[in-house]
Amino acid sequence: MSTADDDARLAPEEVRAIETLSRQYENKRAACIEALKLVQRNHRWISDGRLRALAPLLDMTPDELDGVATFYNLIFRRPVGRHVILLCDSVSCWIMGHDALLQHLERRLGIRRGETTADGRFTLLPIVCLGHCDHAPAMMIDDALHGDLDAARIDALLNACRGAVLRWNAR
Amino acid sequence: MECPLTSNIRRGQPPLDIAGYERVGGYQAVRKALATMSPEAVTQEVIDSKLRGRGGAGFPTGQKWSFVPRGEAAPRPKYLIVNADEMEPGTFKDRLLLEGDPHLMVEAVIVSAYAVEAEVAYIFIRGEYRLAAERVERAAAEAAARGYLGRNILKSGFSLDLHVHTSAGRYICGEETALLTALEGNRAIPRAKPPFPQAAGLWGRPSVVNNVETLCNVPHIINRGAEWFRGLSLGPDGGTKIYGASGRVKRPGAWELPMGTPLREILEQHAGGMCDGYALRGLLPGGASTGFLTADHLDVAMDFGSVEKAGSRLGTGTMIVLDDRTCPIGMLRNLEHFFAQESCGWCTPCRDGLPWTERILAAIESGEGEDGDLAVLEMHTQCLGMGKTFCAHAPGAMAPLESGLRHFRGDFERHIRTKSCPWRT
Repeated sequence: MSTADDDARLAPEEVRAIETLSRQYENKRAACIEALKLVQRNHRWISDGRLRALAPLLDMTPDELDGVATFYNLIFRRPVGRHVILLCDSVSCWIMGHDALLQHLERRLGIRRGETTADGRFTLLPIVCLGHCDHAPAMMIDDALHGDLDAARIDALLNACRGAVLRWNAR
Repeated sequence: MECPLTSNIRRGQPPLDIAGYERVGGYQAVRKALATMSPEAVTQEVIDSKLRGRGGAGFPTGQKWSFVPRGEAAPRPKYLIVNADEMEPGTFKDRLLLEGDPHLMVEAVIVSAYAVEAEVAYIFIRGEYRLAAERVERAAAEAAARGYLGRNILKSGFSLDLHVHTSAGRYICGEETALLTALEGNRAIPRAKPPFPQAAGLWGRPSVVNNVETLCNVPHIINRGAEWFRGLSLGPDGGTKIYGASGRVKRPGAWELPMGTPLREILEQHAGGMCDGYALRGLLPGGASTGFLTADHLDVAMDFGSVEKAGSRLGTGTMIVLDDRTCPIGMLRNLEHFFAQESCGWCTPCRDGLPWTERILAAIESGEGEDGDLAVLEMHTQCLGMGKTFCAHAPGAMAPLESGLRHFRGDFERHIRTKSCPWRT
């Protein structure tokens, strides 16, 4: 795993938020998945350093926490791009044309599934059924769900992300 | 026709807030149960309603609750957990309820927790359902501000804390004991049963795990009574059901219909039949882990017993339709890829057997099938069947494979004989 961020510390707000989360449960450990998600929301992924910083707050060893983190596919233990694209590859979306859309996305982004574009803008990952089967094929970009996809709609969504990045850079 | 589960849901509109929900009779079931009924009476009403679990297994809900130890001697705290980890491929009904009427979910939790005398409730929502989680959290906060949650609710002496837990992926979290393991902050590995969760569940305490759609029926049962609820159904299982259809049908979607609605009516009337130029080859009636039905089964009533008699399971009631322009072996390869990927890896037959079936199916589909392959697949449907593995994940995976081998035998043999996929050329 990564060696970056070895001296990573958690921000005081993060520590407070995790303590609040812990109070919802019988013990601190039970908050670990949501704590990982909270830190990931701020930093996009969980570095070794942040994992080590997080573990004692949850009464866990770093190895225990890593065992949990690596089980769940929405916890990222490697860096991801600014936008994470989750393309549903389950059965209804497969019937409705997933394979062609995957090819289109890979060609447009110049990456394969599991990879991040060289400019760090997009990571492309498979995801299981998103519960949007009546609008298959479906995918998520970050927190937003999109259905009834075809190549043109995917292009429009990618352009909208690029636009958002350009606006951000211009500020 | 009454649609109690979805009557407040307006597609494309935000859900009712608490004032709007109360205006249409919301939280009356909480008032009625806490003021006029004992927990045992609420449980009995649900038993009498013949409500069966809507998450796939179909266990009678009231009976599930009746196994929870009661009274002073019961270990405390007791927990009610909502399984909102909807991840069965082809299933999109719980998201509709969570996003469309979050106050119904919250009210359902309060009444159901009262029935089993639970003082803490968790709603376990899959990580991708962010909108659903936001809406349910907001509804819970509004309910708490109005005194429906927290200490001494409506001065009844009953107290309940409700927490929303958002998960981080993995289909196995939907298995009820794996869900408990996940909620405790672990890798989601299922547990041996017995002990059943009602006796020793979350942190070893009495716990009930119910599906979203299942619980959303409970406030209506309390308001209108068990007899009314049974009358909604066309068959022996009470209530309505949210059915759905996806694949090459004219109008994919989800519809709340009487339990026991015939398959033909759902497919031809509500889903509009097959898309032009496509014919029906088969369908999985209730998600990826249910066996294939074919055009011969269209008159089957979609209730638990009838679908089982037809050789499959009602499952989640949301069907996946296979058309004649899609390769059935390709579809099975996709399904077994899913199950292989989502195995938690705890027991050997599931961890090693499922990838084996995926590899064979991929080989057959790509024209590299061999003569003995079908026998090896058939062996797996036996060796990964019910009772051979630690939980129901692999047996669920074998349901479409076992039935697919029967219904699409000719397609399998043709792939192997011609060393190619007819749908690819």
